[in-house]
Amino acid sequence: MAEDQQDKTTPLHDEHVALGASLTGFGGWQMPLRYTSDLAEHRAVREAAGLFDLSHMGEIHLEGPQSGAALDAALVGNASAIGVGRARYSMICAEDGAVLDDLIVYRLEDEHFLVVANAGNAPRVAAELVARASGFDTVVTDRSDETALVAVQGPRAEEIVASLTAAEDVDAVRTMKYYASAPATVAGIPVLVARTGYTGEDGFELFVPAGRAVELWRALLAAGEGHGLVPAGLSARDSLRLEAGMPLYGHELDETTTPYEAGLGRVVKLDKTGDDGEPLPFVGRAALAARAQSAPARVLVGLRGEGRRPARAGYDVVRRGLDGTVGAVVGRVTSGAPSPTLGHPVAMAYVTPEVSAEGTELAVDVRGRAEPFVVVRMPFYKRA
Amino acid sequence: MADFPENLRYSAEHEWVDDTSPATVGVTSVAADALGDVVYLELPEVGATIEAGAVVGEIESTKSVSELYSPVSGTVVEVNQAAVDDPAVVNSDPFGAGWLFKVDVSSSGALLTAEEYAAQAG
Repeated sequence: MAEDQQDKTTPLHDEHVALGASLTGFGGWQMPLRYTSDLAEHRAVREAAGLFDLSHMGEIHLEGPQSGAALDAALVGNASAIGVGRARYSMICAEDGAVLDDLIVYRLEDEHFLVVANAGNAPRVAAELVARASGFDTVVTDRSDETALVAVQGPRAEEIVASLTAAEDVDAVRTMKYYASAPATVAGIPVLVARTGYTGEDGFELFVPAGRAVELWRALLAAGEGHGLVPAGLSARDSLRLEAGMPLYGHELDETTTPYEAGLGRVVKLDKTGDDGEPLPFVGRAALAARAQSAPARVLVGLRGEGRRPARAGYDVVRRGLDGTVGAVVGRVTSGAPSPTLGHPVAMAYVTPEVSAEGTELAVDVRGRAEPFVVVRMPFYKRA
Repeated sequence: MADFPENLRYSAEHEWVDDTSPATVGVTSVAADALGDVVYLELPEVGATIEAGAVVGEIESTKSVSELYSPVSGTVVEVNQAAVDDPAVVNSDPFGAGWLFKVDVSSSGALLTAEEYAAQAG
């Protein structure tokens, strides 16, 4: 939790301080943990709207005729099949299939892609993309420093963003599909509007030039005031994404994990082909093809707590012993919290396959006590 | 910075104790703010003998779990069941309705005045 003097600050740092935010170090950045209450911010996103500063995320652009082909070779997904104005969730893996980061890839124009990477991984992803794209006719540019990112998430997000959008762009924003993007003028500022998020709610992410981030942030706060919008910190973002069953790099995904253990094998396109119709090699393909054929040693599952004590990342998942004792270790919790929306603890954990079936009664070793948990389907929460 | 009630004494671990008999123990606003929203309390049992500076329970928030230390030694005579049932009161009123337990005090640990605590924690 310590605020590290080495941490970078976003263009919105002074806004957070003025709003009284508690700050925390995250991925090399000093970010707002909460402004008032984790629970109030979480509920605002589920019931109205929340405003997030995501300027710590990395924005890496690829421009040029072979940008799609370069991403096909660099990532596990089929970037060249993304339509202009659409986006896809993808991953960048090492040769051994390990996940280096999970990403969203936006195709902004026919020959222009935007890759959004996690804060702590962004410099490495940028360097990997430069290296992996070296044989292709494309220019890779890391624009993380000049780009700020704010998200408006929640059922009132569309109204709030639309109320600030220039008349000629309102229709495009209102009718924008999930995982789509378009340039638009919002609060008089040219931004890239994307209908993406990490909360399990409808919402938008707005990429804005860093120099105009404060102006946009203030306009969104003011426009959202009558709609129940509040600024929301990383704490709410974490509990929201956990309820929505979304992985967080460093927890569910890391360099000891392939997409298959995480239940995300669908993002790996082993059968993608190049322009010539031939199978397309990509970094990690051989290892991932082998993993796709073999049963994983551990599986990511959702756990619902039957008691009140939440499991936390790093706690052992165990069999239920006699008389409520801690039994044999069968896995490890990667994320866990009391679910503000559901009212009971939820967790994600890697467990051995034989205890991964829905309904399996397990326990988590909560500081020496066996707290009962049951394997359940994810997401824990799905919006109506 | 923060305002702490003058009639209370404070531990470096952010507990407070009043001067009534039995004495009431709680956590300070500094602790409550640092924890975030409290969602679960594990308090000592009535009748338990506790020692100043020893771990006597847990305070769990949405984001983290912290150990609860007793600022005094003695015997627990009551716990705040209302706070156990709805721990949010620890955040909303840490020096009042969010009290945690009452102790028949035999001796105190090293405690701070409001001014000393403010200098250290505020």
